[in-house]
Amino acid sequence: MTNSYAATLPRTQMPALLRYRRFLLLLLGLAALSIVPFALEDFWVFQLTLVMASSIALLGLNLLTGFNGQISLGHGAFFALGAYTQAILMTQFSVPYALALPVAGLLCLGFGMLFGLPALRLEGLYLALATFALGVALPQLLKYRHFEAWTGGVQGITLSKPEAPFRLDLTPDQWLYFFVLALAVVCFLTARSLLHSHVGRAIVAIRDQPIAAAAMGIDVARYKTITFGVSSLYTGIAGALTAIAVQFVAPDSFTSLLSIDLLVGIVVGGIAQLPGAIYGALFMRFIPTLTEHLSKSATGAIYGVILIVFVYAMPYGIAGFVTRMFMRLTQAMKRRGS
Amino acid sequence: METFLHQLFAGLATGGVYASLALALVMIYQATHLVNFAQGELAMFSTYTAWAMVSAGVPYWIAFVATLALSFAAGAAIERLVIRPMANAPILSVVIVFIALLLIFNSMAGFLFGTDMQSFPSPFPELEAIQNPYFSAHEIGVLVVTLAVVFGLYSFFRFTSLGLALRAVAVNPQSARLVGIRVGSMLALGWGLSAAIGAIAGMMVAPIVFLDPNMMVGVQVYAFAAALVGGIDSPLGAVLGGFLVGVLENLLGAYVIGTELKLTVALALIVVVLIVKPSGLLGKTAVTRV
Repeated sequence: MTNSYAATLPRTQMPALLRYRRFLLLLLGLAALSIVPFALEDFWVFQLTLVMASSIALLGLNLLTGFNGQISLGHGAFFALGAYTQAILMTQFSVPYALALPVAGLLCLGFGMLFGLPALRLEGLYLALATFALGVALPQLLKYRHFEAWTGGVQGITLSKPEAPFRLDLTPDQWLYFFVLALAVVCFLTARSLLHSHVGRAIVAIRDQPIAAAAMGIDVARYKTITFGVSSLYTGIAGALTAIAVQFVAPDSFTSLLSIDLLVGIVVGGIAQLPGAIYGALFMRFIPTLTEHLSKSATGAIYGVILIVFVYAMPYGIAGFVTRMFMRLTQAMKRRGS
Repeated sequence: METFLHQLFAGLATGGVYASLALALVMIYQATHLVNFAQGELAMFSTYTAWAMVSAGVPYWIAFVATLALSFAAGAAIERLVIRPMANAPILSVVIVFIALLLIFNSMAGFLFGTDMQSFPSPFPELEAIQNPYFSAHEIGVLVVTLAVVFGLYSFFRFTSLGLALRAVAVNPQSARLVGIRVGSMLALGWGLSAAIGAIAGMMVAPIVFLDPNMMVGVQVYAFAAALVGGIDSPLGAVLGGFLVGVLENLLGAYVIGTELKLTVALALIVVVLIVKPSGLLGKTAVTRV
């Protein structure tokens, strides 16, 4: 992936409409999202909560794979680490969910940086290989008998859903929706600031021209490790949030297919496009439900075909498509105006 | 001692399977510098084809040969239709396409043949003469087949002009084209061969692990480990690595860590090799000109 205009175009060069409308759209979107849980049934609120949680995971993977060019086929492992840490802290140590969450996130940050260290020496395919093995080996580790006291083995761990605090008149599903929404907004804004800072420019430069980046004085190893850590922090938080929402973790929820799902998510949403995480998460949550009507085995085949089609025809995914349409619309309006 | 020998032979037999699949990976890596993540799924699909034929009453060895031919054609077709258009694409796109193939073959197998476990016949008869506590007829058979594959491939690459042309394409496609070798056909041939070797690996391992759409996921991780241990650009290394990983897996599984963490062993092996000696035992150290 050589360019991504959403990330590289200086703000001053954006059409004025795009610059201000974006902010307005964001506000409008947030307002709409705040009404949603009161307009929909709890089931749909729950589904959207999961979508937002997945979008945080996709954001994390996109930081690493899309923006930094480190291919991970095992990000499900960090998702699982976050989910299990959350579950173990909540059930075994009775830590409140809001306190367990940062712990789970930080643990993933540390673990991600540790895995990022050997990953420094692995380029492209080799990193993909090592992370693929991580994703495949993970369920076995979770089932391992000596960890069973903590992980609950094959049975997994059941959690209880948190009640709304401060006597707010919300159902647990509605409360969790707002909780996850707030975190997702924080995660997106942080990622955006990060990418627009010198760190972000270094991250993208390392992807595009590692040698030139090093020659310019960028500490490639440091930034790659940081990116790996931040990426798994995001993915771990997503895992923890999903665990709270689903109220259950078990090894079989975290097979190697989860890692592949995440990859499908960023490809479909848009590689190296921040909004892509949302489109990707919507896709991941709702398309399998649709395809399973066709056949139990259809999802994989459809995912596969979609992946190939996107790589050939829409390399910047849905987000790239939307941006292009938006640009075209803005230009058309400009022409009419002048 | 008896269990030790038993484990050792079982390790050699599964090692033979890993060696074959690693060999298939190395063949594609040598020719195109790509790692085929769908190799295991392709092999699994081939094995299902063989199973369908055997279940329909076709004699084993005829089904065997027919499966090899079909796999060869499928491999060559994949090269031509999916991989060649990606010749200049970034690594990420290529990995995504391989993952797509993995998903497609995995779910196609479930769709066409069902997701239930099936037993797959072993072609090797339990003869009186080789009854012993150390190894089964199938294990010996796998070893013989693996060695035959290795020897056959070695002879093909070493003594035939077609093999020479394939090697030339792997080393330097531009120069190969200049001396009149059809690079495209050679790449398709390489993919075809690789798919056929994978099919052999699948048919050899299926009687041990049972046939189901996910049977090759673990095997493939071991084959990755084997290829990396031996050096991903060295066919001999892949074979050596395969046997080494097979034996190591079985002995560690039996005596040290138990069977539950076998895949973690493969993971650790991959990470350690990549960090300590990325070129593997017999691979060439990669030197990049900046």
